[in-house]
Amino acid sequence: MTANNLQKGIYLDNNATTRVDPEVLAEMLPLFTEQFGNPSSMHGFGAAVGGKIEWARKQVQALLGAAHDSEIVFTSGGTESDNTAILSVLEAYPKKKSIVTSVVEHPAVLALCDYLEKKRGYTVHRIGVDNRGNLDLDAYEAALGPDVAIVSIMWANNETGTIFPIEELAQLAKAAGAVFHTDAVQAVGKIPMTLATSAVDMLSLSGHKLHAPKGIGALYVKRGLRFRPMLRGGHQERSRRAGTENAPGIVGLGAAAQLALMHMTDENTRVRALRDKLEQAILAAVPNCFVTGNPANRLPNTCNVAFEYIEGEAILLLLNEAGIAASSGSACTSGSLEPSHVMRAMGVPYTAAHGATRFSLSRETTEEEIDRVIAVVPGIIAKLRSLSPYWSQAGAPKEFAPVYS
Amino acid sequence: MWNYTDKVKEHFFNPKNAGALDEANAVGEVGSITCGDALKLMMKVNPDSKVIEDAKFQTFGCGSAIASSSALTEMIIGKTVDEALAVTNRDIAEYLGGLPPEKMHCSVMGAEALRAAIADFKGEEWVDDHEEGELVCKCFGIDAAMIERAVTVNSLTTLEEVTHYTKAGGSCQTCHEKIEEVLEAVLAKTGALAPPKPHAPGTVGLDAIKPLAPKAEAAPAKLTNVQRMQKIMVAIEELRPQIQRDGGDVELVDIDGKDIYVRLTGACSGCSQSAGTMMGVQAKLVEALGEFVRVKPASLLPVGA
Repeated sequence: MTANNLQKGIYLDNNATTRVDPEVLAEMLPLFTEQFGNPSSMHGFGAAVGGKIEWARKQVQALLGAAHDSEIVFTSGGTESDNTAILSVLEAYPKKKSIVTSVVEHPAVLALCDYLEKKRGYTVHRIGVDNRGNLDLDAYEAALGPDVAIVSIMWANNETGTIFPIEELAQLAKAAGAVFHTDAVQAVGKIPMTLATSAVDMLSLSGHKLHAPKGIGALYVKRGLRFRPMLRGGHQERSRRAGTENAPGIVGLGAAAQLALMHMTDENTRVRALRDKLEQAILAAVPNCFVTGNPANRLPNTCNVAFEYIEGEAILLLLNEAGIAASSGSACTSGSLEPSHVMRAMGVPYTAAHGATRFSLSRETTEEEIDRVIAVVPGIIAKLRSLSPYWSQAGAPKEFAPVYS
Repeated sequence: MWNYTDKVKEHFFNPKNAGALDEANAVGEVGSITCGDALKLMMKVNPDSKVIEDAKFQTFGCGSAIASSSALTEMIIGKTVDEALAVTNRDIAEYLGGLPPEKMHCSVMGAEALRAAIADFKGEEWVDDHEEGELVCKCFGIDAAMIERAVTVNSLTTLEEVTHYTKAGGSCQTCHEKIEEVLEAVLAKTGALAPPKPHAPGTVGLDAIKPLAPKAEAAPAKLTNVQRMQKIMVAIEELRPQIQRDGGDVELVDIDGKDIYVRLTGACSGCSQSAGTMMGVQAKLVEALGEFVRVKPASLLPVGA
């Protein structure tokens, strides 16, 4: 990469969204122009598009290691997949009134569960995590029972990258007679999967987290599972998701899935090494900071460092000035007044939770970029600490106990 | 990304008066690390003249918290403590060219730190000031007195605004009822019937920044095509006697949106004054319709129209 590329900015926020791969875009473009037909149509215009959609379905099947391509249902993204999965199971098993999930899920699951609890009378078991972000397995087993319709637990956490033992959780759920769904939006494309031999019943994925465009995703539904559609209408996606197919998006997701499978090794070797280099350099250069989540078991691209006694939004603004894009669990960046629910669930002290900063890499990240970030971060942290009343000149936290008027 | 003004960015990226002030004789500390922001304001006040000769700050918080602190020090240096007491959070926000509504609490923190520092200088126990004020929001440690001040200074009217300005009620929400009670009490005191002052500036929502421009007078109800045609016909009928006196006449040929085609006949045809007559017809029609129209001779009617 040249200096010119560095000037465009260093993008380390790939857990938020990724750049569409140019090869993906190239596959998509004809779908807007020559191949514009409706796949449901009888003529040749439609048939050409229908063939491409089936090709894309096979690519996603391959990425997930699914037994059948018909197990893939294209949706508008992760949130739709999550909502469809949970609502489908609740409708298919109307006598069961409990849901099991975790406290660190994405809002696409958590907010829906809150709603179902408040307005529909479901019982929701939210399983806690320890200070490393590992799921409380005893509580999980205790929550499983004959009344549980669905378990929805994320494969990997978006903020810390911590991976949950999905196969073990799915088998426990199966033994208890519950359907097992996983929000794998962050995991797909970064962790090899073989759903064909897995106990996972349903899985959500999102295109824009793996270099496909926004607005496309998929839900894996294991063959034989009872399914109730959320969107009713036409017979698209075998009547499991009505609405004319987002053909360019689907083909883009297919191409992205193919590329993700090709780059899986790179992601788990080169990208992982860059992530580790970044993390170790920051930990070595900056006092009073630590890695959140479980460093021994997490996504290869994610690094979340909590800087004590400073606030995340200020860090992000200064990083942005230096041309570096990252993200924060700080309250201020989201407009809410509390730090992220993931940081709080892990019991990260407030002194550090406000300063939690996430760097998420991708296969496009270069060593030159990481070196630049390593060079810049310590100065930014030092500058903000020099402003902080909790940080004394001596370079250590000091006594400061203000009253709130 | 927040929509911060250039002034906020300037004070965040290059804060003025940051750091410790060793010779400070007035210190105000507000906020806490749990809340996500805290500010220590240090002032050096001349004991005789009561002039604030120097001020510095240390802030834990987001971009707007640091900018508000920096702005505060710039605003108070050179003022006497009594003059400084008149500085409100609204003044700080205005100095910065406005803050997003969700960030107004940063300016409130600045104003509170200033009050705390002045109380410290005067030898008052700052917390005593608030003993009577009931702790309303336990999550963020906000008492009734602080909510009252924010409501009064900024003319707040809703619970949501109180949360944006003070953070009160932004976490567990159990205090929402109490906040509404405080809000109602203040509104009753200030007279709910009084016209509301314009909001303190905020960069989100343009109507919150500037007083609304006076509304244009209500546009006249739009005429139907038939009503419009009738008005045109009546206006031309009214003109005819005048033109007939000169031995001419005028008739309406067609209406095509803004273009009104008429035919001048009799003495008018070929008259050197006919252009003036057309202008007169146009003026009359514009007045009658209350909209701009062009009067054209029928000879200009598009072919095939």
